[in-house]
Order: sequence, then C-alpha cells, then structure tokens
Amino acid sequence: MEILTRLATEVEAGEADLARATTGEALTAGRSAEEVLKQGLLAGMAVVGERFRRREIFLPDVLLAARALHAGLAVLQPLLEGAGVPSAGRVVLGTVQGDLHDIGKNLVGILLRGAGFEVVDLGTDVAAERFVDAAVEHGARVIGMSALLTTTRLGMRDVIAALRTRGLAGKIRTIVGGAPVDPGFAREIGADAYAFDAASAVDEVRALVARP
Amino acid sequence: MRRVIVFPVEESRADSDAVLRRLGLPEDREPSERVLRLLDAALECFSEQASPIGMLEEVSREEMARILPGHGQNEAQTVLDRVLPRADRVALFAATVGEPVCAHIRHLVAGPEAPAGFFLDAVASEVTARLADRLAERFAERDVWHPDGGRGRDGEPARVLPYSPGYCGWHTSGQRALFARLQPAEIGVTLNASCLMAPIKSVSGVLVEGTAQTHRFRPDFPFCARCATRDCLDRMRSVGGGGDAWKS
Repeated sequence: MEILTRLATEVEAGEADLARATTGEALTAGRSAEEVLKQGLLAGMAVVGERFRRREIFLPDVLLAARALHAGLAVLQPLLEGAGVPSAGRVVLGTVQGDLHDIGKNLVGILLRGAGFEVVDLGTDVAAERFVDAAVEHGARVIGMSALLTTTRLGMRDVIAALRTRGLAGKIRTIVGGAPVDPGFAREIGADAYAFDAASAVDEVRALVARP
Repeated sequence: MRRVIVFPVEESRADSDAVLRRLGLPEDREPSERVLRLLDAALECFSEQASPIGMLEEVSREEMARILPGHGQNEAQTVLDRVLPRADRVALFAATVGEPVCAHIRHLVAGPEAPAGFFLDAVASEVTARLADRLAERFAERDVWHPDGGRGRDGEPARVLPYSPGYCGWHTSGQRALFARLQPAEIGVTLNASCLMAPIKSVSGVLVEGTAQTHRFRPDFPFCARCATRDCLDRMRSVGGGGDAWKS
C-alpha cells in the first residue's frame, strides 16, 4: 500500500502509534511535510468526518481518529511551520458569555483542525467583544459560537451586533450551534451559518471561508 | 434543616451504557474494544479523582416562591410556577463531583490524550446529573424529619424530582437567589458573576416532593418549542406518570 494511503487508513482506524511512526517513515522516504499532511493525515480525517456525518461511526471513533491525527501532527509541526504551509483558514471558537458547556465546541475544534483549519479556542463564558477582538487579532475569517441553554444563546446576538458596530459584518462571518440553536434562531439573530452538529460545522465553515 | 451528604465514590459509579449514550454511541451499536478500554480507564480515573458531595435544605413553598423570580429574567411563566403550588415539600440543593476531576478533564482535553478527556468528561457529567437524583432519594427518605419512610400526602409514595435554573423557563441567573439562600460554598460550590458554577461539574436547584400529579404539566410553554431534549416527558414518566402523563 502506498505509504500515504496507509497513513490515512491508520488515522481512520485511530491507530495513534502507527500514525506517528508512518508519518516519520513518509518523511524519511522523501515525502514533503505538506504532502504527508494533506494526502495522509487530513485525507484520513476527511473520511472520518464524512463517515461521522453519515452516522456510520460515532464520537468515540472520531476522538480516536483525532488522537491519531494529533500524533502525526506532532511529528510534522516543526516542518510545517518552516515550510509555510497555508491552512484552510483561521477560526475563532468559543462558548458564549454565561454558558459553561464546551464539549460540542471542543469537538468542532478537533474536526476543524482535522480539516486543516487553524483554531483559536477562547474557551467558555466568552464576552461578545472578546470574540471580535480575538478574530481581529488573529486574522480569523470565521467566529464560531456555541451555547447550550436557551437563556445564554442570546449572547450570540451580542457578538453579531458587535461585529456590525465595528464595521466587520461580512468581513468576519459567524456560525452558531448548540442544542437550543436552530436555523430559525440563526436567521433571527443574523448569523451567517448554522451547524446542526460538529460534522456539519466543518462543511459550513468551509463554505463561509470560500465566500468572497 | 440542612444536610450535607458525602457520597462514597464506590456508590457513585457511572452507568457505562449511559456514558456511551452521552458520547453519542447509539443503543444498537456495540462499542469496540478500544472504546471499552477508554471507558474503563475513564471510570477508574473518575473513582480516583472525584469526591462527590451534596447538600440540601428544606424551605417552605412560600420562601421558594420568593426565590424563584430571581432577578426577573425568567420566562413569563416557568414550569415551577405550575409545579410548586402542588408541592408537599421543597428543598434547595447543590452537589458536585469536586474540582480535581474537573481540572484533570481540562488537562486531558487540552493535550494529546483528548479522547481520554472526553470520556472522563462524559463520566463526570453522568455522575453529576445522578447526584441530583440521589439527593432527591435522600429527601424522599424523610429519615430525619418524619417517620413516614418516604410516604407523602395521603400515604402515596413521595415523588421527588430536581428542577434546575437554566431549564424550563427558570433563568440561569436564578442561581444567585438560590445560592444566597443555600450557601453551597460549604461544600465547595460557588457561583461567578456570569452565574457559572465552580467546579464546573456541579448541579443546583430545587427538589420538589409531591405525588406523581405534582410533577405533571402540559409542555406547551412558549419555550417548549425550542427545547431539543423534551426530557420533561421522561421525568414525568419516571415518577409514575406514563408517556402522556401530562394529558391526564
């Protein structure tokens, strides 16, 4: 089996030790860091994301695959920084002010990294202005917001309002998600996108970044 | 009367199937060996790191009716507005699994062993949620105040359910009035300015005791349309209401 195909398979299977070893093997064999990243690690994670979306595999499998991806990335990271390999885009993530739930957001972060995005994770209980400040500071194209209570999701509207006030609406796009969030609410508050779950979040972020 | 209850960790073991459900694994899916190993490791880690503890204090319905409005941010009507008038007894409660396990979860999720962190998080969430139920059982026991041994009005079995701020119309800021009255800092649970509890794996609210009828309500509040879980139906069923209990 071609070495990068093998690496992708090892990521899909969640074999962290093998993925780490094969990443090193591929580099030794002369493959570039960018090739190993895109055709090996990210290719495997793309299959995982698609199977997760189709409900063929579930969160525990995704987590194991992400661990394998991380194992390979740990070998690649120094080379990637030196090679100036562009990412798919930069995303600021956070759970809105007043809310502490973060598992969904953390999973979105894992899948976005697996899809080649750089993620700036602000954690939980994030004030509206902090989302915007972080997006500006890090040059992020997308702000992703999570909430798990009907009482806290209104914080998402505050972030969108802050973007408008600072003339950044349309330049920095927003995506929202979480149990009390639905497409109607997303439209109501003026979000650019809504994600039903972590898998669809990756697709939506790709679409947002691709917009002019 | 106030009660602080230390739950032995060996009695606080999470149900494995419930943890897997929290992780998104459907009931009809067999977990792989690797998933089961991660689960076992998480259960073991939890038993080493966690210190489950809870407290409850009985208050009058009238006092609870003064606590419930909080800072005026509730929905126009909450589920408790319907349930409380039918309650026999009411107690404020708080519980936590402790900060060490929460800190360990954060440490794991931030590093290369993130899967272990997610599994431990699911275990901790499951146990935390069940702490409210276990406090409800203790409240129903009535071993301190009454000789009835868990009987309520007219000799019917006492049905106790927990209700928490942040759900069913009761705003999360309602925790401020609750915490001011209960003072759960005694068991290490505090509230920050954004009404987030620390440790993060904590739960608070009110225990309502009554009959099965006490907890029945029609889920037709405006906020019900936005609810993704509808676990009120399971809760009503759990106290003997049946699937369509609210219709009776």
